Amino acid sequence: MSDEKHATTQKPYAKLLRQYGGILVSLIVLCVIFSVMNPRFMTVANLMNVLQQIAVIAIAAFGMTWVILLGEIDLSIGSIIAVAGMAAAQAFLAGFGFMPTLVLTLLAGAAMGLANGVLTAKLGLPSFIVTVATMGIFRGLVSLPTNGAPAMIEDPTWIAIGAESFVGLPIIIWIVVVLFIFNHVLLSKTTFGRRAYLTGGNREAAVYSGIKVDRVKITIFMISGIMAAISGILLSSRLYSAQTNAGTSYELDAIAAAVLGGTSLSGGVGTMIGTIIGALIIGIMNNGMNMLSVPYFYQLIVKGLVILLAVWLDVRSKRAKQ
Amino acid sequence: MSAATSDVILKINNISKLFGPVAALKNMHLAVRAGRVHTLLGENGAGKSTLMKILAGVYHATTGEVEFCGAPYKPENPQEAAARGLTIVFQELSLCNNMTVAENILATREPSVYGFINDQALERRAAEIVRDLGLPIDVTEKVGNLSMAQRQLVEIAKGLSIADPRLVILDEPTSSLTEAETDILFSIIDRLKAKGVAIIYISHRMEEIMRLSDDITVIRDGEYIATRQREEVTIDELIAMMVGRQMNEIYPPRLSPAPPESEAPILSVEGFSRDGEFENVSFEVRKGEILGFFGLIGSGRSEMMNALFGMKAASGTVRVDGEPAIITSPVDAIARRIAFVTENRKEEGLVLAHSVEWNISMAALGRFAAALGFMRKREERKSATDEVGRLTIKTASVETPVGSLSGGNQQKTVLAKWLLTQPRILILDEPTRGVDVGAKFEIYKIIRQLAAEGTAILLVSSELPEVLGMSDRLVVMHEGRLSATLPGGATPETVMAHATGITS
Repeated sequence: MSDEKHATTQKPYAKLLRQYGGILVSLIVLCVIFSVMNPRFMTVANLMNVLQQIAVIAIAAFGMTWVILLGEIDLSIGSIIAVAGMAAAQAFLAGFGFMPTLVLTLLAGAAMGLANGVLTAKLGLPSFIVTVATMGIFRGLVSLPTNGAPAMIEDPTWIAIGAESFVGLPIIIWIVVVLFIFNHVLLSKTTFGRRAYLTGGNREAAVYSGIKVDRVKITIFMISGIMAAISGILLSSRLYSAQTNAGTSYELDAIAAAVLGGTSLSGGVGTMIGTIIGALIIGIMNNGMNMLSVPYFYQLIVKGLVILLAVWLDVRSKRAKQ
Repeated sequence: MSAATSDVILKINNISKLFGPVAALKNMHLAVRAGRVHTLLGENGAGKSTLMKILAGVYHATTGEVEFCGAPYKPENPQEAAARGLTIVFQELSLCNNMTVAENILATREPSVYGFINDQALERRAAEIVRDLGLPIDVTEKVGNLSMAQRQLVEIAKGLSIADPRLVILDEPTSSLTEAETDILFSIIDRLKAKGVAIIYISHRMEEIMRLSDDITVIRDGEYIATRQREEVTIDELIAMMVGRQMNEIYPPRLSPAPPESEAPILSVEGFSRDGEFENVSFEVRKGEILGFFGLIGSGRSEMMNALFGMKAASGTVRVDGEPAIITSPVDAIARRIAFVTENRKEEGLVLAHSVEWNISMAALGRFAAALGFMRKREERKSATDEVGRLTIKTASVETPVGSLSGGNQQKTVLAKWLLTQPRILILDEPTRGVDVGAKFEIYKIIRQLAAEGTAILLVSSELPEVLGMSDRLVVMHEGRLSATLPGGATPETVMAHATGITS
């Protein structure tokens, strides 16, 4: 009896290790390097700090994972992050309360995702082009209400999201955990998740099998828009304001996190577990290098090289398996 | 092997090829003589492609030697193989669709000055090649605008365009050719033979093999079985050697009598038309009946089936159980329990990177949905395992990526996917294309079983023996029109006459 139990409990671990072994090793190596170079790195306080710092990217990356899984791309999420913050600031200015503002902000994200999805699925335009265009359009929209100036947010509940804790953990981390579980379950346990994998793996075969691929595509762009809006809420909460240049180039970090985590740009392959590990790698690199006072431009170079290395190792191990 | 005299141009001795612990080839022998067509016969996965890739320099043998034109031969890459006079025409098309025929034929060997391509010389040179081969193709045309059959001819022209071919390998060259183009190919082969070029020919079509070959070598499970001259062997003997067992009948008999003509049809199609593809096609099929569809490539069969399945718009009336059915998408078709095993399993049938299990469940996901859209994975695993057992799909496990299975097992996976939707009407478009003889027989048995269980089957095939051997009745199409509906016992001559439009 115990043998049988053993077999079933061990198997998922072995599988996990086989699938994520490569990037988990990278993650551990990074941690070791930074803790050796700076004793303050491996402290609870600092690791909490890392988790809070990656929240915005990680949540956006969850959305990005869906989109990449489909073989598409969403370059507009950085702009959606900014629009979400500005929408919230304007709603508060107009006298809305916390809940209506929250709902409105999420709806704004969903609407922008809907636009991306409809243009991609119904007009048959490549998502790369569609989202390059909407990246510009949404970024322009941010500045409309204030002519480019930042807008303050004073709502105490909104500010609390980024500042307060709940049962010993910062609220921001709770949000990441909840959204991770939500996305992970939706992707790996539901028929919707399966349809996303199948559509991304072979769109034509999915159509023939009766999967409504356009609906899947539009829904996924909406998920991406909503995730970006939540990122925007967290960012504006931590900054007490909506900045017109908020979230600029965050789409690249989100793509990097997803790809580091093993999501295939050709579609059909990827997991939320991989993405969260990818986001952690990026967060730890940022945090560790900041603690070592590495100049920003060196950080960019190192980050780029690490991404290349990780993806190369991943591709190599996959080829070896074949 | 004693026939191997001085005109042996290629001699393979004791070649083995290991992929990790798996032996794709074990002590293979082969002697190919100049000016003769040597057919390699074996089921998919028997090791033919591996052997050809070793000859082409794509793979390297683990042990053993090859002698070519009297000298040791161990090419590092396909360029070196070509330089030695060995050329290979692969069955997978390797053409760039957005480039012209000429650019494709002379790809990487364009006439150029300091790296600048001389377009006129390129076209002239390609036109010469095409003319010499007698191909009805304009070299300035973009490959993307050609039919699949014409593309295959371009592929052949590309393979034969090397300077001085001594040995030409043709890997299933006729799988997408129509009769007319096959004749062109055969006359090219005759001319090559006359020039003393040796040809290694790979095909699954027995009639063709018997017509074309001088020598036939059978391989099975990576091992050499026998070499025979064409005159001293029969199709049955060859098949027996190939599958390692006696196969009394290629087409299994009906398991139950065909439904009477008086029975009401489950599906009836009237005046079905789509501009430029098919026109005014009408037919009906009953429960448990196998209705064959035969026509040459371009006859509109596949297009019509796609329209029936809701992939293309078409006019006309479709009735299911006597009720008018409006089918504008595969979703509608599946809801009416129609299933469609398409012609190209890799493009339209399977997600190659995903597991056998995921592929089997993909058209019936609704069956595995619990509350809130959660997947009932245990049920999915059970259904997939059952189907794998029922259709004897050879796979290490249901979690194996379907892309790593052989063609026959991939095709069975597509079939399993559709059987899980419990179809009442099953459309099979070339269900045995690129499938080896053993798997073919099993697929035929499954078709018979389904018919006996009451499934109406529309069987589309360009292999005449197959439709004749399997169908209760036969619809023949010619250039988009229905040219005849024939009873099951029709002769091949009658069917061909209708398919080619000889009879009015």
